[in-house]
Amino acid sequence: MNAVKHDETPSAGEALLVEPSALSPGRRALTTVLRSRELSIFLVLVAVVVVATAKNSGFLFSSDGWRNFLLNPSILVLLAVGQAVVIITRNVDLSVGSVLAFTAYLTGRLFIDQPGIPLVVVVLLAVLAGAVLGLVNGVLVAYGKVPALVITLGTLYIYRGVVLTWAGSDRINRGDTPADFQALGTKTVLTIPVLTIVALVVLALVGYYLHTARGGRELYAIGSDPDAAVLYGLKVRQRVLAAFVLSGALAGLAGVLFAARYGAVTSSTGSGIELQAVAAVVIGGVAIFGGSGTVWGAAIGAFLLVTINRALPTIGIDPFWQGAVVGALILGAIVLDRVLAARQANKLAEARDA
Amino acid sequence: MKLPSRRATAFAALVLSGAMALSACGGDDGDSGGSGGGGGGGGDSLTMLPKNLGNPYFDTSTAGAEEAAEELGISIEEVGPEQASPDAQVQYINTAAQQGVAGLIVSANDPTAICDAINEARDAGTKVVTFDSDTSPDCRDLFVNQATAEGIAAKQLELIADQIGGSGEIAILSASANATNQNAWIEMMEAELESNPDYADIELVDIVYGDDEEQKSFDETEALLQNHPNLKGIISPTTVGIAAAADYLSTSDAKGKVALTGLGTPNQMRPYVENGTVEAFALWNPGDLGYLATYATKALVDGDITGEEGDTFEAGKLGEFTVEADGVVVLGEPFVFNADNIGDFDF
Repeated sequence: MNAVKHDETPSAGEALLVEPSALSPGRRALTTVLRSRELSIFLVLVAVVVVATAKNSGFLFSSDGWRNFLLNPSILVLLAVGQAVVIITRNVDLSVGSVLAFTAYLTGRLFIDQPGIPLVVVVLLAVLAGAVLGLVNGVLVAYGKVPALVITLGTLYIYRGVVLTWAGSDRINRGDTPADFQALGTKTVLTIPVLTIVALVVLALVGYYLHTARGGRELYAIGSDPDAAVLYGLKVRQRVLAAFVLSGALAGLAGVLFAARYGAVTSSTGSGIELQAVAAVVIGGVAIFGGSGTVWGAAIGAFLLVTINRALPTIGIDPFWQGAVVGALILGAIVLDRVLAARQANKLAEARDA
Repeated sequence: MKLPSRRATAFAALVLSGAMALSACGGDDGDSGGSGGGGGGGGDSLTMLPKNLGNPYFDTSTAGAEEAAEELGISIEEVGPEQASPDAQVQYINTAAQQGVAGLIVSANDPTAICDAINEARDAGTKVVTFDSDTSPDCRDLFVNQATAEGIAAKQLELIADQIGGSGEIAILSASANATNQNAWIEMMEAELESNPDYADIELVDIVYGDDEEQKSFDETEALLQNHPNLKGIISPTTVGIAAAADYLSTSDAKGKVALTGLGTPNQMRPYVENGTVEAFALWNPGDLGYLATYATKALVDGDITGEEGDTFEAGKLGEFTVEADGVVVLGEPFVFNADNIGDFDF
């Protein structure tokens, strides 16, 4: 777990700490998948979809149902990916809902105040604005030595206050943005919504980076044991800073998606969505104390959260119970996390004592 | 950073005013507060004091007031604060009192904060009429109320019945589950559906709550359509809900198959009326509201009415109005916006 590769390859005389696995790469990959927590959460997702579809075939097998199944989670997937990266470093970013509101409103204002502005420019500006807000979080956390929970709780209110001051009781209406931007909200390519494709591309890039790149692995090392990471000479500050910038930038992108999908933006847009993002990450098997988990899991967690909310009324459960169901999922995920961690610790202890 | 355009401060004003209107007409203690201040007026000049300036909703009501003033041959001046904060209106009320204007038409930012100032003005002989958003009944002469709960409930049923051809399943997308005004309307609609033979074939199958949040209302609309494949129509008596529902419908297979009506503002609903998602929706016309308030003030100033229950007065093109309990004058049935007239409104 959390292995950080040595800079220099071990010299010929040095014994290997871990023997190479005797299994073939194919078998290894299969075992990894089968044992992964992502798989269990994915199976829950499948079960929810199957039950809801059995109850009402339109849940999946209608053009609206299929589109919404893919489209609705896309915004939360972006937030969850950013959140997962931050949580893996043993931090948390509670300000993403306010960042999303800021960039969603910015998107609308840009279209209103700069008629004819190209979409690409709007997206870039929104992502940039999100990244700057994330940078503020990152600087405060990395250099202020204050827990991220407190810092981002503070910036959650500050950023929301900025949006409130800026927007006041003003709002962006559907008719305020250009037609091609509006169309983007529901546009599909081969039945896959464009917004979902955006979210999946981001997911793939971040997931690949975390899995293979040195920087990605270092994030896990930092989250496993921040002090050890410092002693080991990892650039902890820069990495944590980068994680917050990424989270902010993705929240910024999510703001553009929000404006495209929902059309209407007010100063209260996205309040509370930060907790959904944290919930998606935790349900997706990322340890809240960092060091383990994947963005794949977080993305599946986001899909599960959104899909459950869609499915409960279809299954016939009162929407007032939705919150309770989500809560039970979070507790279940945490309990599973503790059980697995304890089992792992026992195994390692046995191996050491043997 | 750019200055906020005040385009839809109107929206907030509208929601607020809707709530206040209802709380105002909910009161039923018979005694009226229209005791009136003594003394003569200071000529035929009126002051119009909206919640704030640069607000399209109040721009519309002021235009209506100016039209009425022209018909009556009196002068009217609009003053007001930049921001709709509770005590921002006090200085304007004081100024109006010092100028000795005959009448003051005000949409209160706060039911009590401006009462002292208003009472001073009334002591100086100025008649005070509230419109859109009331103060406590004892500190003004009249309140011009935009609509009653009964009128709002009845109009929405009428619209949906018309749009679905008088039969089929309907659902309601409300604000929050404990919103007093929404629940009052829903109860009235349910009672009307039960009792009115015209609605015998209409079945209310579900009531869902969007909490006046765009995203939640949007998702609830989706769930409604999913869970009720035979749904013919949706009523959303909240400006946030109807816009979100219209937005979902406009990109869904159900567009044109499921009717949608409720309470909305023209600026929010324009794209959906233009693209055919929504046929007609209701609200009051702020222009008529300003027009009526001006006629009512003039009637008070002239001494034609005192604000007592049962007083009647003429209001130009709108016809005759009667003062109801608590010194309230009701504009009438909600106004229906559709593709033919929506272009005339900007609020």
